[in-house]
Amino acid sequence: MLSAAIVGPGNIGTDLLVKLLRSDEIKVHSMVGVDPESDGLARARALGVPASAGGVDWLLAQDDLPDLVFEATSAKAHLANAPRYEAAGITAVDLTPAATGPFVCPPVNLGSLAEAPNLNMITCGGQATIPIVHAVSSVVPVPYAEIVASIASRSAGPGTRANIDEFTQTTARAIERVGGADRGKAIIILNPVDPPMIMRDTVFCAIPDGADTGAIAESVHRMVAEVAEYVPGYALRAEPQFDAPRDIWRGMARVAVFLEVRGNGDYLPEWAGNLDIMTAAAARVGEQLARGGAR
Amino acid sequence: MTDKIRITDSTLRDGSHAMAHRFTEEQVRGVVHALDSAGVEVIEVTHGDGLGGSSFNYGFSLEDDIKLVSAAVDEATRAKIAVLLLPGLGTVEDLKRARAAGASVARIATHCTEADVSLQHFAAARDLGMETVGFLMLSHRIGPDELARQARIMVDGGAQCVYVVDSAGALVLGDAQERIAALVKEIGHEAEVGFHGHQNLSLGVANSVLAQQNGARQIDGALCALGAGAGNSPTEVLVATFERLGVPTGVDVQGALAAADDVVKPFLDRLPFADRGAITQGYAGVYSSFLLHAERAAERYGVPAHEILQRVGEAGYVGGQEDMIIDVALQLVRERERAE
Repeated sequence: MLSAAIVGPGNIGTDLLVKLLRSDEIKVHSMVGVDPESDGLARARALGVPASAGGVDWLLAQDDLPDLVFEATSAKAHLANAPRYEAAGITAVDLTPAATGPFVCPPVNLGSLAEAPNLNMITCGGQATIPIVHAVSSVVPVPYAEIVASIASRSAGPGTRANIDEFTQTTARAIERVGGADRGKAIIILNPVDPPMIMRDTVFCAIPDGADTGAIAESVHRMVAEVAEYVPGYALRAEPQFDAPRDIWRGMARVAVFLEVRGNGDYLPEWAGNLDIMTAAAARVGEQLARGGAR
Repeated sequence: MTDKIRITDSTLRDGSHAMAHRFTEEQVRGVVHALDSAGVEVIEVTHGDGLGGSSFNYGFSLEDDIKLVSAAVDEATRAKIAVLLLPGLGTVEDLKRARAAGASVARIATHCTEADVSLQHFAAARDLGMETVGFLMLSHRIGPDELARQARIMVDGGAQCVYVVDSAGALVLGDAQERIAALVKEIGHEAEVGFHGHQNLSLGVANSVLAQQNGARQIDGALCALGAGAGNSPTEVLVATFERLGVPTGVDVQGALAAADDVVKPFLDRLPFADRGAITQGYAGVYSSFLLHAERAAERYGVPAHEILQRVGEAGYVGGQEDMIIDVALQLVRERERAE
């Protein structure tokens, strides 16, 4: 069992709190913010969790420090806080785009990162698609992988909107480094339809001509089952679609995987699968670190 | 004397959809030379889905965008070269490369309700010293007042002109007129208003005339209507029509006719046409670029393209969600199997 603080009592922090309170591996230490009027802090108190608007200064002044901190603030705040957590010996799980630490995608590379002082959760689209890129690249070489994430407009906050390039660039890099593709590309689309659309993700991987499609499909199915252990609403929309090489694809053969990510409806609505998969993946990281023993 | 309007030709951008993004450098040089000689002031050159559009989802470009932009800049003597960018797909880095290649107009496109994702790109474009144009795509999906509020967001972010973009060719006369009037009222004393029409219901030119009469000062066209769906308002028809109306465009009618007939028509395999699929797009309000993708999925999965497009319209998919076309085709296949 590890103790964990949540810094940032917004939508993400509050949804994460609900998930961590269900966990047998994590004891929630506290919820930390900077605004005394915050709904998230009030909600935490109502759930019996110590909550403070005193920020990271308050957290680090406690006699009993947490083993972990989940940072759900902003990239700027995390860049300032990260060295302080490390100095205090607290492992940071970073849900912001700061990416000071290595990218982590639980079913792909968490095992090799258990000792890292700071882990970055990439992006929602990355958590949804990188497992699939990895499932394909562990069977055949993937010279190029491309993902399209479609999310409900209402689930894209002002931070995402003001810096949407951060999503495409970070996700593309992680498709390469964690997913195992030689080259990655990421696309994000906001759809305002009402009722809101459930998060959808499509993964296209270039594969060699004559690749063992049965083995690739099996690997994809296995990975979907693994992700669904911590994101119950993660599912294939259809069997992986294989296409022979085409000239218009620069001679590449292709597998296309169509995914749906329905959120768990813990604090955020079900259609916000993009937010749910971030908090679920972060909680998974916390639980696995707890099982692997604290640093 | 009537105000002059500015024609932006998008043969080499929206037309890229109809060409499956396979323009050659030679074709780009030929089209730019002809348009520039005819007096067209702005020529847009990019993958149909904008910078960074080359992909499995939208189709790979035969030639790199930046190479084609450089060739266009080299060929033009007077015309400015414009590039399109869809935030979420292209990035500021792509824009910088286009600027370095000589592009001087940045056209930033978002779905009509999502203008605030463009602010980063308008700021970058202005820093790069580019002229800026905002594109509110699928403008039929929201009413005039709401559209004007989105245009305001773009202008506050640095757009010097905002377009009502009828991506589905679904605006029917008064619909275009009301939207243009609402934008002119909201942003007219700070920025220009533009109109980008499609021919799915054959109203591109008529809507453009109504747009001009309601205060639009930038109008898009494409030679031979080359564009997504049933194509764009044909540049040569726009130029001839506006001349008859006494609205100056600065473009020579004979030059535009020659550019269409002598330069573009010879390299087209098929002329844009309002066929069943394209009309369904206008009728059901579906993004015009989905047409060829729906035809390909129809061929691959043995279900009719117009049924795919109808379903895509009902689901409310927006520009960029080309992957959903395959998803819909697979659903139709499943439904047919169940019915058998």
